[in-house]
Amino acid sequence: MAVRKKNASNRAFIISAYVFCAFLTVLSLLPFIIMIVNATRSTYQIQQHAISLVPSHFLKSNFEVLKDKGSFNAFKGFKNSLIISVGATACTIYFSTMTAFALVAYDWKLRKPFFTFIMAVLMIPAQVTSIGFYQFMYKIHMTNNFLPLILPAIAAPTCVFFMRQYMIPSLPMEILQSARIDGAGEFRIFNQIALPMMKPAMATQAIFSFVSSWNQLFLPSILITKNEKFTMPMMVALLNGDIYKTEYGSVYLGLFLTVLPLLVVYFLLSKYIIAGVALGGVKG
Amino acid sequence: MPNKQHKGISYAKYGYLFSLPFIVAFLIFSLYPTIYTLILGFTDCKGLGNTDWHILEHPFDNFKNVIHNKSFVISLKNTITIWLMNFFPQITIALLLTAWFTSRSNEIKGKGFFKVVFYMPNIITAATVAVLFKAIFAYPIGPVNDLLLSSGVKDTAYNFLVSKSAAKLIVAFIQFWTWYGNTMIVLISGVLGISPDIYEAAEIDGANGVQTFFKITIPNLKTVLLYTLVTSLVGGLNMYDIPKVFLDGGPDNATLTTSVYIQKQAFSGSYLYNKASAASMIMWVIIVICSAVLFWIMRDKDEAKLNKEIKLAQKKAKLIAESGGKEWL
Repeated sequence: MAVRKKNASNRAFIISAYVFCAFLTVLSLLPFIIMIVNATRSTYQIQQHAISLVPSHFLKSNFEVLKDKGSFNAFKGFKNSLIISVGATACTIYFSTMTAFALVAYDWKLRKPFFTFIMAVLMIPAQVTSIGFYQFMYKIHMTNNFLPLILPAIAAPTCVFFMRQYMIPSLPMEILQSARIDGAGEFRIFNQIALPMMKPAMATQAIFSFVSSWNQLFLPSILITKNEKFTMPMMVALLNGDIYKTEYGSVYLGLFLTVLPLLVVYFLLSKYIIAGVALGGVKG
Repeated sequence: MPNKQHKGISYAKYGYLFSLPFIVAFLIFSLYPTIYTLILGFTDCKGLGNTDWHILEHPFDNFKNVIHNKSFVISLKNTITIWLMNFFPQITIALLLTAWFTSRSNEIKGKGFFKVVFYMPNIITAATVAVLFKAIFAYPIGPVNDLLLSSGVKDTAYNFLVSKSAAKLIVAFIQFWTWYGNTMIVLISGVLGISPDIYEAAEIDGANGVQTFFKITIPNLKTVLLYTLVTSLVGGLNMYDIPKVFLDGGPDNATLTTSVYIQKQAFSGSYLYNKASAASMIMWVIIVICSAVLFWIMRDKDEAKLNKEIKLAQKKAKLIAESGGKEWL
């Protein structure tokens, strides 16, 4: 009797769990499905029924409207965002690993205070300093330039923290020592011994650094005013404008174009991304 | 070894050298702008592109102004309300999913798939998500209205985007929707870090799933839960992309968050850099207090680790010194 009761309650548990998870799956996917399907439908069709799971054949005409009508240019946005994100990611990864190397491999007086300092600035977001940053960049004529969006990535406290945690157990000092005996300089030791050993950690951090740089809106929208230098999120914000108010299909298509690269990256790398999130500390 | 001391010093210099890029970048792009912002808060700096400014006669005027400004107070209230409306459902559902996905007695199949799907909204550009939800809740012919009408729940379309409470709810929902998967994964990894011995002991003692969850999982998750709480709060206090792109703070300031307020003060209208700077600094203080709480929570764990390392290193150094052998570092 007790066993049967337990089985029944187990089954109820399993069923309710699956139903709830299925509901959340629909909740997570439906907006994207609506977006993709509506990208192929005409404005008239969307006006008749805004939800449909059957794609239509207006993808091309929606694209023509998107291309001709306003200042939205997915490919320009893609190119600009790519330049910024690749640059920022390269800076973050290389220099954070270097800083972590300084913290792990060498015994220097200010090592501990420096680490405490990094922990302390970990949580300070860029937004609160934006006005001083803008004025500073305006003064040295660096607005409408990608460098102010790339170079600050050199100092990425979160990434340094992560790299240090990873480096402590995985970088044996004996190897550095033997490299020194073989006459290698410290920069060569870092570039040719420490860096290759950090590859897995660098890959994980590169994904997060790239995505967060790709998605950021606040700083680019302050610093960049020329349309040809707009990043992808700024292009997306343009879709909100009056020009597209009646072109529903084109708006959905524009959104889809901006999401596409991220979706491709996500489905190729989701395993690593989930593992990276599980390691914690990527929430901004 | 006669040259041991000498070598130790010459290596220490590389510690400084390798952290130099970080320090320089931090000074130029973080510290200097922060101080600049702080100073601007005491000045009369306004007007597009104005770089000529003077310290005010009463330096704290801007700060007083901002604190008594109706829009700022509304924005602060909105920020906290929207954060609360998103955080509680988020942590509840994340905990529920964590309990299910880590359940030892009832293995749920397809965990990997669910994790990938639930996390997905987090990786999508917030601006895109905001425009997408605006389209989905469009009036009178958006997908949500279409669904409400064709299912017979409502007779006429509802204009979500002009209702203050609906707009706030939608922003909170978008925040929830983008972050619950992330919170769930962090919590699951926290649970997996709990020693399985405790669970085994509970099982032997005859504890059921619910008891195990409340008596063992939750108390052991305390640090992770607090970490989630504070990171979410700091993120929530900086909420910008979604309220900005969704309805630009509207309707009638219902989704105006402090970051949107600051951006609007500084980069539109009469370009009040000074007031926006003062508001930034007030937010900065609030965020620093929250970060300090986080720092304090995380500290004991990391410091214990660090102390252990130092002790180990000292021991090693001592051993090496005693044996008079090879130099250490």
